[in-house]
Amino acid sequence: MITYPDSHGRTISELCLLAGKIILQSGGETQRVEDTMTRIAAANGFPKSQCYVTPTGLFFDLGGANPVTRYVRISERSTDLSKVTLVNEVSRKISLGELNAEDALARLQHIERARVVYPAWLQIASAAVASGCFLIMFKGGWSDFVPAMLAGGIGFALLLLLHRLVQIRFFAEFLSATIIGALAIAFVHTGFGHELDRIIIGSVMPLVPGLLITNAVRDLMAGHLVSGLSKGADALLTASAIGAGIAVMLSAWS
Amino acid sequence: MTTLFEQLATSFVASAAFGLIFNVPKRGLVQCGIVGMLGWALYVVLTQQAVNATISTLIAAGCVAVLSQIMAKLYRMPIIVFNVSGIIPLVPGGLAYNAMRSAVENEFDAALQSGMQAFMLSGAIAMGLVLSEVINQAIRRSRL
Repeated sequence: MITYPDSHGRTISELCLLAGKIILQSGGETQRVEDTMTRIAAANGFPKSQCYVTPTGLFFDLGGANPVTRYVRISERSTDLSKVTLVNEVSRKISLGELNAEDALARLQHIERARVVYPAWLQIASAAVASGCFLIMFKGGWSDFVPAMLAGGIGFALLLLLHRLVQIRFFAEFLSATIIGALAIAFVHTGFGHELDRIIIGSVMPLVPGLLITNAVRDLMAGHLVSGLSKGADALLTASAIGAGIAVMLSAWS
Repeated sequence: MTTLFEQLATSFVASAAFGLIFNVPKRGLVQCGIVGMLGWALYVVLTQQAVNATISTLIAAGCVAVLSQIMAKLYRMPIIVFNVSGIIPLVPGGLAYNAMRSAVENEFDAALQSGMQAFMLSGAIAMGLVLSEVINQAIRRSRL
């Protein structure tokens, strides 16, 4: 005979799964996903919950008298650290007993539906500024500041656009890097830019998978070998796609 | 002196801008900039003192991670928020680029050299993160 948990148990497992799902989708570390889920369960009277988290899906088991294991598939991942922060706050309030399960669930559903904090134009603008600043940090001259800004901004805008249009991974990074290379070559050719190498390095920086690199190391450190290795492979392939895009332009030019 | 100031200002802006790209909450952007700026400043000063680039990266990455832990405690935000924007300036993008450019030009000796160097620097970043975690746990244990 199969026994199902009571409605309280169902709410709690729903709550834990949703919290874990949001953190995992938004770019949190595996350790944080597991900690958050087991902590929320423990605060609501299920101290022996178990979970298993990979970048593409997570299992969660409440434990106790009527254990039922549930599974959530993660198909889309993005980088939204403010959602990770918000879920973190909700989970802290649950642990302190300031928030009951129903309210927390409503709040998490609100967080899940919420749109990103910053509009696309602001992200593109900051990618452009970051490109210019990286050029200076890599010992470039101020005369190349504006060319790097333009190449980096246009490249990042293209990345955002392609991520929406094409659902094939690594292609967006490849094509954006190609366009950045083409722009940089055009700038240097027309005399608008001066040092080709530094302009390209600076404006490619916003495409670098920084979150994946950091997360891969942190996951491996915490003993989450499967997640760590797959995030590392993801980062490596993304970096290779960027490199290939630039290489195509360089070999076409020379 | 002006170059150091230039480096400080640009690394602050670049790290904060990266925080914005990663959708860090508004109240954390300035802290992201500070963590990135201090990490990069340490790296620049160390390399100017003719310290090996790998060692400089290791120390700077460790410093970024420790600062991130302090910021995470102070402002009650996940550590990853501060970690990411601080680590990005240390990523050996230039060396990876040189490796690829040499490979495109059929100069595989040079490509392998730059590639190995980039690999060493990435390893140094990873080790810096590990060391800071060790320090963090040691501090936590000693208080108990």
